[in-house]
Amino acid sequence: MPGSIKDRVAVVGMGCTKFGERWDAGAGDLLVEAAFEAFEDAGIEPKDIQAAWVGTSRGTTGMTLSEPLRLPTIPVTRVENACATASEAFRNGCYAVAAGIYDMVLAIGVEKLKDSGVSGTGGGPSSAGHLLQAVQSGPGAFALLATSYFARYGLNVDEGKHMLARVSWKSHKNGASNRNAHFQKEISLDMILNAPIIAWPLGLYDCCGVTDGSAAAIITTPEIAKKMRKDPVYVKALQIATSPRDGKYSTKYDYTHVEATVRAAQAAYREADITKPREEISMAEVHDCFSISEAVIMEDLGFSPRGKARDDIESGFFDIDGKLPVQPDGGLKSFGHPIGASGLRMIYEMYLQLQGKADKVLNAGMPSRQIDSPRLGLTHNLGFGPEGPVAFVGILGLEGA
Amino acid sequence: MAGILSYGAYIPYYRLPRNVISKAWGQRGGSGEKAVANYDEDSITMSVAAGIDCLKGTDPKTVDALFMATTTAPYKERQNSTIVATALDLRRETRNADFANCLRAGTIAMLSANDAVNANSVKNVLVTAADMRMGGASGENEQAFGDGSAALLLGHGKVAVEIEGSYTLSDDLADNWRAHDDIFVRSWEDRFGLDEGYMKIPVEAASGVMKKYNLAPKDFAKACFYGPHGRRHSDLGRKMGFDAEQIQGPLLDMVGNTGAALPLMVLVAALEEATAGDRILLVSYGNGSDAIVLRVTGEIENIRNRRGIKNHLGIKRTLDSYERYLRWRGMVSLEAAARPERPPTSMSALWREHNTAIPLYGVKCKKCGTPQMFYNLDSTRSRICIECKAKDEFEPYRFADKGGKIVTFSQDYLSLSQDPPNTLTVVDFEGGGRGSFEMTDRDPAECKVGMPVEMTFRKMFFDRGIHNYFWKCKPARD
Repeated sequence: MPGSIKDRVAVVGMGCTKFGERWDAGAGDLLVEAAFEAFEDAGIEPKDIQAAWVGTSRGTTGMTLSEPLRLPTIPVTRVENACATASEAFRNGCYAVAAGIYDMVLAIGVEKLKDSGVSGTGGGPSSAGHLLQAVQSGPGAFALLATSYFARYGLNVDEGKHMLARVSWKSHKNGASNRNAHFQKEISLDMILNAPIIAWPLGLYDCCGVTDGSAAAIITTPEIAKKMRKDPVYVKALQIATSPRDGKYSTKYDYTHVEATVRAAQAAYREADITKPREEISMAEVHDCFSISEAVIMEDLGFSPRGKARDDIESGFFDIDGKLPVQPDGGLKSFGHPIGASGLRMIYEMYLQLQGKADKVLNAGMPSRQIDSPRLGLTHNLGFGPEGPVAFVGILGLEGA
Repeated sequence: MAGILSYGAYIPYYRLPRNVISKAWGQRGGSGEKAVANYDEDSITMSVAAGIDCLKGTDPKTVDALFMATTTAPYKERQNSTIVATALDLRRETRNADFANCLRAGTIAMLSANDAVNANSVKNVLVTAADMRMGGASGENEQAFGDGSAALLLGHGKVAVEIEGSYTLSDDLADNWRAHDDIFVRSWEDRFGLDEGYMKIPVEAASGVMKKYNLAPKDFAKACFYGPHGRRHSDLGRKMGFDAEQIQGPLLDMVGNTGAALPLMVLVAALEEATAGDRILLVSYGNGSDAIVLRVTGEIENIRNRRGIKNHLGIKRTLDSYERYLRWRGMVSLEAAARPERPPTSMSALWREHNTAIPLYGVKCKKCGTPQMFYNLDSTRSRICIECKAKDEFEPYRFADKGGKIVTFSQDYLSLSQDPPNTLTVVDFEGGGRGSFEMTDRDPAECKVGMPVEMTFRKMFFDRGIHNYFWKCKPARD
């Protein structure tokens, strides 16, 4: 029977770069920015790090990190798990500290997507190149979820697209307050609904940004954490679920939910002793690679009843001033999605909110982004396609939560 | 006596009206339409389509050879007929052969097949004839040519059509030709081709065969013969001694000149209406002429349920954009999409997949009975059952001939496609099993969850000298 990570490790410092089309920075530059902001926040120096995990879907070996930072021949592992890569780096770092092998580690994620010269993200994940099936883009893979969700729950095209638009509208509004976000602009529902189609029924504003960025966390034991600061953030749950990828080959998959998210969430709630997520989770950063993804995730995480996410979305339940704010920093949608960094960027937002420091990245002149006394924050990732993804669910909170 | 046991044919879904072509070039006229193969079709895929039609009711494992006839083979060194044979699920121990480089390739293949069967070297032969010839933009050939294919299964026993005899003239008269590097057919001035070639040589072949077997034009119910243009075609028929009612319509107006496939396609059209006792003259033309005498038997009534020509003539959609045709044929240099390049195709990986991917086989689990097709994105071979997780307990299960229904779909404008949008689908098959396929031959607007589809063999892409074939789905229209 697997054990629990709850309250066995704590985060004492975090950093996050400005996300966007960072023409000024290569992967190394981004890693330096994020790592040093984390060192400063934790009040440590690079030489205090005993081991590190670097997440990126590009690059090779742990030297992806040790080279730009000139780390002194310490153990560094490069990890990859699609869009859950940074969360995976975080998870590995946490387990190393919980196992008692190290007591000060760095988990960092980075992605430099904008040197590729292509629209959207990379081509099919085929290793051999003789891709036999339909070549799906990222939007195409998730658009299949939208078509069947509309059909199953009786939404006509207008109703369905309005639900999706409301998701993106809310995220852009939040991102406009965040000076690290890729897109810092409110976008009207009208603009979203009338945007060009990328993969029907998803339009331009149903798709997250293709972005460069990096985010980092310093992880230590609770004992050391309490000596370093009065508000360390504790890890309550870490769960990865990798799918057997049979959704496209088995008639049993209904294309209206994502099983890996459901399983990762159930395991995370068990690990963190949560029985009523809709009530007990104060805020969440989930994997809104596409607006339909977020809608379905609300049901898969147990925030909304199955088939009923639309009611909560349209009523503002997930808005920043709603009962369960989702994507308070703008989400993948407007903060952007550097694949190897996103998991840690989400943890960064939960970290700031829990410490009452969300307005540290507030855009001048914008109203406060701070959620009132949050208890537990949930982060979630989903990589590849709904029919066969890697999913991550993590839960963070202050001491005693 | 050997003969024809079954027939089949295929006409591509899209039809380009000739006046659309004329208008693009500021030319007058252009009547009728030409059948244009989709960007994902070629002479191999069209041969498979006609072959599937012809093999209805026949176990492909009982076919001893596939003779593929075309002047537009995708490969110059790599046996095209064996690609077709693999897709049709023929055995390995088959005497496949490519017949090429001549507009008579279809009738030459037919006669060679007849000889092989009569000699008992093989018990049957599937003959396919397909062509996708191209004329240079704005020219007469572009207007006249069309794409299509036909197939005949030759063998012994209860033949539907007896092959009574033939007569052949071989003449190195090059009224139309292509050298090794040419994409477009070259033509000498048409008066030469007509006077010395088309209006002379087939007449000699027709009268030669009639003299050989003591027959006269009146002994024939139908004359099926090649033609470059409608008017010349009827002129030739008259010159051969036939009445208008005897001359089988040459499909030139509504399909076009389908090259090596044309004589066999016209024959299939005649056989669809023929009755027992009808004698048919089949005449091909191209560097000479083959004249073949055929006699229909009562067995023709047992092979009526083919799509053939008639059914395909009615299943069509107008391609009202000449630009789209140019795009499909790669005749204009397009701006490259800002998308990642394809990783290189692996020949060794394709070989590992070829017995399942090309005829579209999956497996059925012997333990729990679940049909399943894919292992991962690159492989159609399974090791672990998706349902009960049993390892290596499978029997082969063919999906190519199963109908299916659309589970979900999207029109993807971002993924690499020769003809955007890419219609992505997930298909649940009758009898079980699921797969993800591109949809082709469709208007994106007609896609609906639940719509019925059938599978079709197509070219996914051409990359670094490799034509990558696999299956797509298309709406079931009949």
